[in-house]
Amino acid sequence: MFGRGLKPLSLLTAALMTGAFALVFFYAPNDADQGFIQKIFYLHVPLAIVSLCGFVAGGVFGIRFLQTGDRLHDLRSYVCIHLSLILAVGALVTGSIWARAAWGHWWVWDEPTLVSFLIVFLLYACYQPLRFSIEDSERQARYAAVFSIIAGAFVPLNFMAVRAAQSLAHPRVLSTTGGNMPGSMFFTFLVSLAGMTCLFVTLWKYELASKHAGMQLRALRRRLLAGDDDGWVPAARRSAAPQL
Amino acid sequence: MRRAVGALLRKDLRLELRTRESVPAMVLFSLGTFVLFHFALHRDDVDGDLAAGILWVTLLFAAVLGINRLFVAEREEGGFDGFLLAPVDRTALFVAKAALLFGFLALVEVAVVAAFSILLLGPSPWGALPGLAVVLALADAGLAVVGTLVGALAVQTRARDLLVPLLAIPLSLPLVIAGSRATSPLLAPAGAEALEARWLLILGLYDLVFGLLAYAIFDFLLEE
Repeated sequence: MFGRGLKPLSLLTAALMTGAFALVFFYAPNDADQGFIQKIFYLHVPLAIVSLCGFVAGGVFGIRFLQTGDRLHDLRSYVCIHLSLILAVGALVTGSIWARAAWGHWWVWDEPTLVSFLIVFLLYACYQPLRFSIEDSERQARYAAVFSIIAGAFVPLNFMAVRAAQSLAHPRVLSTTGGNMPGSMFFTFLVSLAGMTCLFVTLWKYELASKHAGMQLRALRRRLLAGDDDGWVPAARRSAAPQL
Repeated sequence: MRRAVGALLRKDLRLELRTRESVPAMVLFSLGTFVLFHFALHRDDVDGDLAAGILWVTLLFAAVLGINRLFVAEREEGGFDGFLLAPVDRTALFVAKAALLFGFLALVEVAVVAAFSILLLGPSPWGALPGLAVVLALADAGLAVVGTLVGALAVQTRARDLLVPLLAIPLSLPLVIAGSRATSPLLAPAGAEALEARWLLILGLYDLVFGLLAYAIFDFLLEE
């Protein structure tokens, strides 16, 4: 059900990621100020953008779940947020490395985007504990959807508040809009962003397919065992992941 | 709707008057925190940024204490079931609880700001009071809305005492940013300076967005 189109998508992702890395290392010029280390930008910014979009998409699937009551939307929302959290860790680590190389500190409080990102990460880190501490699976799905909507609305508001708190904006070497980027850099960035987006979608589909197949397998095994005389049906393990 | 909200508010106020659980605990906690800050920072009086920071951190933690207690009676004494059986709009519970939390926070702040100006604050508080009242009222509205949502979300889980601070602190961070930035010129050592409009704007926007959002999705936290 979720496996359709996975093969071409995986191939496209592999091609785009390879192409992006090739462009980063052999095509994009070194930054005049920061030199080679600036190239972490092609990894850091797509990671951050894709994970934020993933968080918001989790909220959108949360709304869809509350509207329709279809548990598959809950599964989609869960996988979105779960993957985005992993990408967010990547974005924080690469951002920290970049800050160390460019400004000499592992953490800079006057970089508003990085700080807002940390706050968003701290909020979403509560998503799985929240799910895990609700036993009833129907209520778990409903509460998780409510959380994903609140947190999804929080993302833009938080960015605004943190940005406003910086009295003088840090001189930004690169604006993410590409306003002052040379064309070759901007092209490389776009390819990296497309590659990261495809990677996210591919992983998302793989995890959905795996979770769905696992659930079907469990249902089949339960039916098989229920036919036995001393049929002992294993109870589903309580977990943060949605159960269909 | 108005009658239901009124009845719920009367019930909660009577409960608070009889048990005196939330407001005195929040005030005592804040006083303890001020003493803690005095020793931890080794300062006899504070002003400006530091004063605003201490005030806001203390108020936020006191609010978390109040949010933790907000729905406990409903859960333990079957108040949710009683409310769901009544033929009233479910949003009434949200409005009543948010109004209650707002009232609690305002009461606590009257006591806490007075204690703060006696115990820790260096400059005279009188010039800052009107501005402080505006900022606190706007932030209280946001805290009340978000606190009611988080309280209702966490009270049905097993880890509720853990989840409330974990969820409420990141969610109320924009309020603390805007609130403390708006307050720090008010508490400047040379006397109160003017309020900056953009912080009030951020507080207002936060209240508006989360108010509408909570109004739309609170019902889903009650269904059985």
